Amino acid sequence: MLHPVSQHQPGVLVASVAAQVSLCAPVARLSLRAKGDVTPLTGAFGVSLPSGIGTCAETDRLSAVRLGPDEWLMKAEVDDLPAILSAGERLYDTLPHSLVDVSGREVTLELSGPKVLDLLTLGMARDPEMIPVGDARRLNFDGVTVLLWRKAEDRFEMDIWHSFAPHILSLLKTGVAELAAEV
Amino acid sequence: MLLIHCPYCKETLPESEFTYAGQAHIVRPEMPSEQTDAQWEEFLFLRANPKGPHYERWRHFHGCGRFFNAVRDTVSDKFLTTYPANTPKPDLESLIGDAE
Ligand SMILES: [Zn+2]
Repeated sequence: MLHPVSQHQPGVLVASVAAQVSLCAPVARLSLRAKGDVTPLTGAFGVSLPSGIGTCAETDRLSAVRLGPDEWLMKAEVDDLPAILSAGERLYDTLPHSLVDVSGREVTLELSGPKVLDLLTLGMARDPEMIPVGDARRLNFDGVTVLLWRKAEDRFEMDIWHSFAPHILSLLKTGVAELAAEV
Repeated sequence: MLLIHCPYCKETLPESEFTYAGQAHIVRPEMPSEQTDAQWEEFLFLRANPKGPHYERWRHFHGCGRFFNAVRDTVSDKFLTTYPANTPKPDLESLIGDAE
């Protein structure tokens, strides 16, 4: 059995002239489900919740993405987690919602480099070029549901549930080496 | 691979992100206890199997997670339209007109 990706130290896991895959440091992750007017939550979290599916909003300590009509995901500094949870709790009476700490659910890999778009095409049927910089998409990557954030033209972050991470990492390692052979 | 338009994400995306979920617009009876066995049989088991446009449910499984409805031609596999769940059946005549 492959050992968990989260056992690695944050940092570069594999690199070549084509692309590089790194493990990101742990962050707080929150799943938010809410319906109707979510403006009060904006005040509570200090970020205006994005409205288009796949669009993101960011402050220097928190980023949020809308994943579905009633679903958002937020990533924040680990230290801020209790404050965010209690800000949500204060609104339960006026705006029923679900805010769940899912920090332990997944790892984030950072993918970057000149051939990062080619690397992504190994696992996804979508054209990665179609994701605007600053957006994120939940999609199917080699059979696994992942959340892919496009942070820059040639830099992505991929959130992967723990049990699928060794499989995805091994595919990416192969890709990083294979693409270097072409350069 | 088919390309399917998700009415919630408002993007046309690869089939591999979606799952099929059977015939659409099957309404659960308001008063289940008043149904006859034959009515239950029809509700649970009997489905249309048309050659041509078919109203069906799909789910954007590896995306927004939502169920939505579609009209797909079972002969050509072409999607005539997709639309959110809980909205009325689109008129078939106008869809076929659009496609031609
Ligand atoms: Zn969708």
